[in-house]
Amino acid sequence: MVAVKRATPASSRSRAGLDALLASKEMVVVCGSGGTGKTTISASLGAIAATQLGARVLVLTVDPARRLATALGLGPLGSHEVRVAPEVLRAASPNLSRAAAERGQLWVGMLDTKQGWDDLIRRHAPDAALRDQVLANPLYQNITRRFINSHDYIAMERLHELHASGDYDLVIIDTPPSRNALDLLDAPGRMKEFFGSRLLRWLTVPYRSRLFAVASKPFYQVADRVLGSRFLQDIAEFFVLFQTMEKGFVRRADEVEKLLVDPRTTFIVVSTLEAAPAYEAGYLARELQRRGMSLGAIVLNRTLSPSLRQPAAAKSARTLSAATDDPAFVASIADATGASANDTRAVLSEIGERFHDIAIVASREAERRSELESLGALTVTAPALDHDVTDLTSLLELGGHLTERR
Amino acid sequence: MDSKGALAGAFDVAHLEFEPRQVTPNLWAMEMNTEDSLREYLRLFVRIPLVARLGPLARTFDFVADAAPGVKEILAVGKLCYEVRERNYDIVIVDAEASGHIVAQIGAPRAIQQLVQVGLVRDQTNWMIDILDDPVRTGLVMVTTPEEMPVTETLELVDRVRNETGVDIAGVVANRVLPALFSERQLDVFERIDAPGPRQLLVDRAGSSVATVIEAARMTEARRRVGAGHLDRLRTALGPAVPVLIVPELFTRATGRRVVSLMAQSIQDEIV
Repeated sequence: MVAVKRATPASSRSRAGLDALLASKEMVVVCGSGGTGKTTISASLGAIAATQLGARVLVLTVDPARRLATALGLGPLGSHEVRVAPEVLRAASPNLSRAAAERGQLWVGMLDTKQGWDDLIRRHAPDAALRDQVLANPLYQNITRRFINSHDYIAMERLHELHASGDYDLVIIDTPPSRNALDLLDAPGRMKEFFGSRLLRWLTVPYRSRLFAVASKPFYQVADRVLGSRFLQDIAEFFVLFQTMEKGFVRRADEVEKLLVDPRTTFIVVSTLEAAPAYEAGYLARELQRRGMSLGAIVLNRTLSPSLRQPAAAKSARTLSAATDDPAFVASIADATGASANDTRAVLSEIGERFHDIAIVASREAERRSELESLGALTVTAPALDHDVTDLTSLLELGGHLTERR
Repeated sequence: MDSKGALAGAFDVAHLEFEPRQVTPNLWAMEMNTEDSLREYLRLFVRIPLVARLGPLARTFDFVADAAPGVKEILAVGKLCYEVRERNYDIVIVDAEASGHIVAQIGAPRAIQQLVQVGLVRDQTNWMIDILDDPVRTGLVMVTTPEEMPVTETLELVDRVRNETGVDIAGVVANRVLPALFSERQLDVFERIDAPGPRQLLVDRAGSSVATVIEAARMTEARRRVGAGHLDRLRTALGPAVPVLIVPELFTRATGRRVVSLMAQSIQDEIV
């Protein structure tokens, strides 16, 4: 795509757009509730950055829609990053010069939590024997999957690792949908807290003391009866091993936390204008601001056109509905289209009636939108589309909506 | 299981607890939480009375329960099976956590048997499995929308349930389905109306904004068509044995009981 210089009104000149954000940052964390189109938006931003800005971009996704993944050349397992073929990039953006297509690179990868934990253990284990013990522990898989907001911690870990590698101009990370929007931000802190906690000491007592059956603490009595002592020992053994890696994990968590507030990092909150996601988005955005993190933008996905709220449109719809009772009017339309009077009346009536439904939805959306806009961050919208986004062309089209000045 | 207050909101009550609360005649509602379910579990099966609040003990157990495969799930699933077994209710409806976790929950009794060799938890699981695997007593209903990812995830979940558990899939509900505005023939008429000549007549009568009105109808129909494609994919993959119920997009301002009531009416129309 060729950048066209246009005279922009003062109001939009004063506010840098999404493309300026992508050009100035090195790490973009895309967060928000599930079902808001986060992955598609992340991929779209990556595509724009690679084509319009000529950057070497990595988009790390959690679970891309199958068709999209195939269209971008991502295989089903993909624990390694894959480059979108330059020909595919060029075919999707025909105005791009060959040189620009070569310079910009779009790489895509998937977040693999299990792989992430294995890598972490390998990195931090004090020696090979301990490392193998941990990896072989029967509870290892389950525990790492389930504890301390595992997905979120691994996502942050991976971001750190990729940034440190220096392989990319821009890393866009599409985060796992969390039950709680803040789990992502809290993940490194919780990891650090855990190591110093009483909880960890309690968990390892059965292993250390071997007298736990005699322990008077009600927890052990209950746990022993309910879970069985063998199980408690397995857990204890795992956490004793885990504790040996404390230094590495804590230092790493510190680094990740610093990365989150680094000026080169920014957060983009994606939401739709339905009640629950919009509420979560507002909460997340305020929390980011409260913690002094960079809220780069709020992206409102699948929005309805503001024109649907114009009083003139509602009036037109009402007039149209009323006009279906006028036989002369219906006849004039029927004549002009060659359709029957009955069909014509039915269609006109439906058009008029249905508008009312959409107008209600549009006005609810407008209320939520202005609440989010009042937070003061850059707010951009992507329209509800009449097709699914399943290939690079539609990703770039979506990106065009996100980066256009208004 | 994890409604974050949404179930309470649906019934227009301030909050729900572990103790079931009557919300309408013949209908009680409750929310799961680990501490209370543990307390009940201990009281009923382990015979350790814990009259005081568990406090730090509960948090510790919460963590271990999280880490230990199946323990938290057992508490949740056990509670449900218990209610069914005791016949406190004619029917127990579970609003489960979103997506895949349900497999871990209904698979918990079997998983526990493999992993926990001794202990009371293991002993408790056979009767649960009997209830869960009986299609007359237990059925899974998946809720989806006519969109790409929800349908894909629903189909994946169906596979997992069939492969990893013995629970019957009673049906799928497709929610928020857009209504068809036009029949095939009417669609053709719509296209003809949206041509320069007829359109001018409409503008003359209803003002220039009538273009927005027509565009809105076009957009809705296009999105409906995309959704219908996903529903077809759903039906094809499920096969004729699994019924798909349609709940239309309600386009309503209402929240709480009003919406629930509208949806109930809609589902009743489908079933009856």
